[in-house]
Amino acid sequence: MATLEKLPYVIPKSPRIERLIAHLYAKMPEIEPYRAELITESYKATEGLPIIRRRSAAFRHILEGLPIVIRPEELIVGANSVAPRGCQTYPEYSFEWLDAELDTVATREADPFYISEDTKQRLRTLHPYWKGKTNSDLAAANMDPHALDVFLNHGVFTVGNYFYNGVGHLCVDYARVLREGYSGIKAEAEERLGDLVVASSDYCDRRNFLMAVIESCEAVICYAERYSKLALDMAQKEKNAQRKAELEEIARVCAKVPKEGATSFREACQAFWFVQQLLQMESSGHSISPGRFDQYMYPYYERDLNAGKITPEQAQELIDCIWVKLNDLNKVRDAASAEGFAGYGLFQNLIVGGQFPHGGDATNPLSFMCLEASIHVKLPQPSLSIRVWQNTPHDLMIKAASVTREGLGVPAYYNDEIIIPAIMARGLALEEARDYCIIGCVEPQIAAKTDGWHDAAFFNMCRPLELVFSNGVDKGKQIGPKTGVLTDFKTFELFYRAYCIQEAAMIALMVNAINAIDAAHGTRVPLPFQSSMVEDCMAKGKSVQEGGAHYNFSGPQGFGIANMTDALWAIRRLVYEQKRYTLCDFKEALSLNFGKGFPKKVALEMTVAAVAKMALEGKTPSENDIKAIYNRLVTDSGATKEQKEKFEGMLRHIDSLEKYGNDIEDIDLFAREVAYSYTKEVERYKNHRGGVFQAGLYPVSANVPLGAQTGATPDGRLAYTPLADGVGPMSGRDKKGPTAAANSVAKLDHANASNGTLFNQKFHPNALSGMQGLAKFAALVQGFFDQKGMHMQFNVVSRETLLDAQKHPQKYASLVVRVAGYSALFTTLSKSLQDDIIARTEHAWNR
Amino acid sequence: MTDYASVSGRIFDIQRYSIHDGPGIRTVVFFKGCGLRCRWCCNPESQSGKTEIWQRSSLPEEVGYDVTAGEVIKEVLRDLPYYRRSGGGITLSGGECLLQPDFAYALLSLAKAHGIHTAIETALFAPPSHVERILPLVDVVLMDIKHMNPQKHKEFTGQDNVRILENARYVGEHAHDLVVRVPVVPTFNDTIADIGQIAAFARRLPRARAIHLLPYHRLGQDKYTALSRDYGMGEIPTPTDAKMQSLRRAAETAGLPCQIGG
Repeated sequence: MATLEKLPYVIPKSPRIERLIAHLYAKMPEIEPYRAELITESYKATEGLPIIRRRSAAFRHILEGLPIVIRPEELIVGANSVAPRGCQTYPEYSFEWLDAELDTVATREADPFYISEDTKQRLRTLHPYWKGKTNSDLAAANMDPHALDVFLNHGVFTVGNYFYNGVGHLCVDYARVLREGYSGIKAEAEERLGDLVVASSDYCDRRNFLMAVIESCEAVICYAERYSKLALDMAQKEKNAQRKAELEEIARVCAKVPKEGATSFREACQAFWFVQQLLQMESSGHSISPGRFDQYMYPYYERDLNAGKITPEQAQELIDCIWVKLNDLNKVRDAASAEGFAGYGLFQNLIVGGQFPHGGDATNPLSFMCLEASIHVKLPQPSLSIRVWQNTPHDLMIKAASVTREGLGVPAYYNDEIIIPAIMARGLALEEARDYCIIGCVEPQIAAKTDGWHDAAFFNMCRPLELVFSNGVDKGKQIGPKTGVLTDFKTFELFYRAYCIQEAAMIALMVNAINAIDAAHGTRVPLPFQSSMVEDCMAKGKSVQEGGAHYNFSGPQGFGIANMTDALWAIRRLVYEQKRYTLCDFKEALSLNFGKGFPKKVALEMTVAAVAKMALEGKTPSENDIKAIYNRLVTDSGATKEQKEKFEGMLRHIDSLEKYGNDIEDIDLFAREVAYSYTKEVERYKNHRGGVFQAGLYPVSANVPLGAQTGATPDGRLAYTPLADGVGPMSGRDKKGPTAAANSVAKLDHANASNGTLFNQKFHPNALSGMQGLAKFAALVQGFFDQKGMHMQFNVVSRETLLDAQKHPQKYASLVVRVAGYSALFTTLSKSLQDDIIARTEHAWNR
Repeated sequence: MTDYASVSGRIFDIQRYSIHDGPGIRTVVFFKGCGLRCRWCCNPESQSGKTEIWQRSSLPEEVGYDVTAGEVIKEVLRDLPYYRRSGGGITLSGGECLLQPDFAYALLSLAKAHGIHTAIETALFAPPSHVERILPLVDVVLMDIKHMNPQKHKEFTGQDNVRILENARYVGEHAHDLVVRVPVVPTFNDTIADIGQIAAFARRLPRARAIHLLPYHRLGQDKYTALSRDYGMGEIPTPTDAKMQSLRRAAETAGLPCQIGG
């Protein structure tokens, strides 16, 4: 096959970039008290105003009072915290968890934050004001008590993200800010204010909203002017002539944008940054996604380039600076959420390539330069994505593959050929659908018109199956419907129907919880600044949170599809077709975790419960008795020898069955049915903003913490271990390589999961070596996409993974490594050869 | 028309997503049975034409099974989207695919009927009639030349190279596309003189487009244990990168482009 001779757009990296990064990562990120204090002051002073005006007043007060800083050597300025990668807090959403964790947040394992004693004291002083006033309080009050109980205590689904935080998850009209500046947006609001009909019934709502928009625009303009003055002050004191000139340029740029429209690439970069930064000052919502950056930024670059005002190297340096800045933003989450979102991630998704609204390939030089920036910067943000379609240029695919080879897990690849019809089926016009971008992890939408409420919840698809086995009971409480005792299920169809009934009942509770939270955001935390950049809000005179956006969705995602497919398949085959076991056998094996013992923490809880039960029966076990109970729970879950033998046989039988992920037609089509049981149920519901629900299929990293709340499953997965990630096969169960796994995944109806699907694959970087390796990699992606897969991303694995693969080969059956002139499955190699590859890898990483 | 789908043969594996056995993404069908007994062979389970038992994990397994060409093609077709995108296809490997000519012919015919690119990896130790019959159906031949000296060849592979070189000349005249591959094995052929002679021979084959030098590796060592056989190479170290580079330069002086690895 023909390949490129060399990679396109290899642009030298400015030495400034490494120094910016070093400064950014010199210290542990810090929690700062400024925003919390300013918003508390403002809220106390505006108690008589309507909420939307209180929000804009608070936003202005924050932007006037927040300390500002220009970090050493920065060209693009604006920081939400004085400390690099620091963060502010958002007590109006929730504060109790932070109050409780103030003393542990610096020492926790996942995403620790430094916090000074002074800051702790200041937060403790202001927190009591917020008691009973938070969004979280209202959301809980809005919720059906049963739904609230299932959410908080039963781990079937979690809506925690927006229960405790802002929503984020949108892409605003960056292009408009670049074009007109906030003076343009403000002018529209003023014009609409002038056109209001005084006698109309919603006059006051519209007026309040438009006034809030105007105040927000003014706040941002003032904030940029503060930066302009700071830069000028710093320039006057600066000895180094080059830096002095840079600071003077920063002062000039910040005096102009984002007040006015940008007229150069440099100005466009700074204007973009203020939007991106301040959206995350207004609200704690993450996944504020820049979207099609290469499209809206290109006109400014092209004009400057043609006029000889900028070189590609200068433009690349500015893009690299933005990439660094995207890592300067941070957010403190509660300890449990921090585990689910580990890595300080803000999921700012930025996508390149794809099509123009009216068709044709939209790739331009900036598409390549964005990819190059990720190679230069090598940091977690932005979440870089690429749109792929029939006519994506080969050299863009190769450039993207070369970024994948870096092992950062970016870019993620998205398939226009399925996403466009999928979102059109949800009501978008063709031109809008062709212009889609991705929000957060994998969620498609049309920018500047959509409040997608993506990531509305995680739904654990395994838990309804547990409810079938328990006839709707969890932790001694009837949380689901009574679907019958196990002997009632004479056919697999009856059993599967019970699963669907339990699942539907839990989905209904989840919808209730989501809508309760959604309503609370509209009441308590409408966001006028964000709403000023989303279409229809000004026309409707309503914030995004009140349903002002043109398109409104709620997107909760199900996960564990591979586990449920393999589990239900095992029951179908072993209970109903081969009749080797009864459902009661399965229930026994699951409750005893196949005789494999329980994790220590669980065993301890079970021991305590057992002792309590004995006490009730009037027995007092000795310390040795208690130890014996605990030890058995840890080693064999308390199973007898006969039971253990039976369970071993069961596990062997389960192991020998077909598994999702091996390109086997029957079970792959069954997986599609299982996915429908979630996606088609979810799409029946309407949300609080006048839109509809649409399902996604992916867990982010929740498959690990939520797997830790899930008992053993009939696919042979042991209790409290992780569930399958995304829509891919359960790890270690796909044994026929990446094409077979991809073919299985492509069998799902991705279009029906229009809130996004996520397919991870693992490769060793050497499997992508040379231009031939990149071309074959690109062909793998496109071959999957030709079958209408939606998304694909790659873990190009590290030495640590290879070491783990040596220890636990069963988990890595499909890991491809390049050995010498060929590639092979890592786990099939001899120990000595594995060691050799690991040693080589280490060498490669230390280059 | 012959019912190619029902022709049966004996293989020991079908490996999908192979990216070093011809152009693009390929599915490799490993034929069982070979006339050579190369000491370094990394697929010793391929050598016998019979099925056999080996023990790679706790349980003994049978290696080798009979399939029809139709069954194999069905599996091969599952990766059609990837062949289209990458210019890949099917590769017959082994073992020696030319020792099951009816089966190979059937598989290649079915592949052609589906528009799939075809390749064979062969050591050419087979009757010339088999070569003549199969060759027209093969888009690219990956042909091993291991040594130009018949005695040395016999010492390390169990057979001399007379018939192989005869077949090679025929293939060199008639193949659509041809790559000459040389396993570089220390103590056997890892000298500039040995490689230079092979490269000079390859240069005289009109259809030969390139030479690939494949460095000896010990990937197959565990398999000998699993088959309760002795590993003929002992602890001989694999060739160094520097050594491979010097051999590559030597090969290129003959006039054909040469790369390390397939």
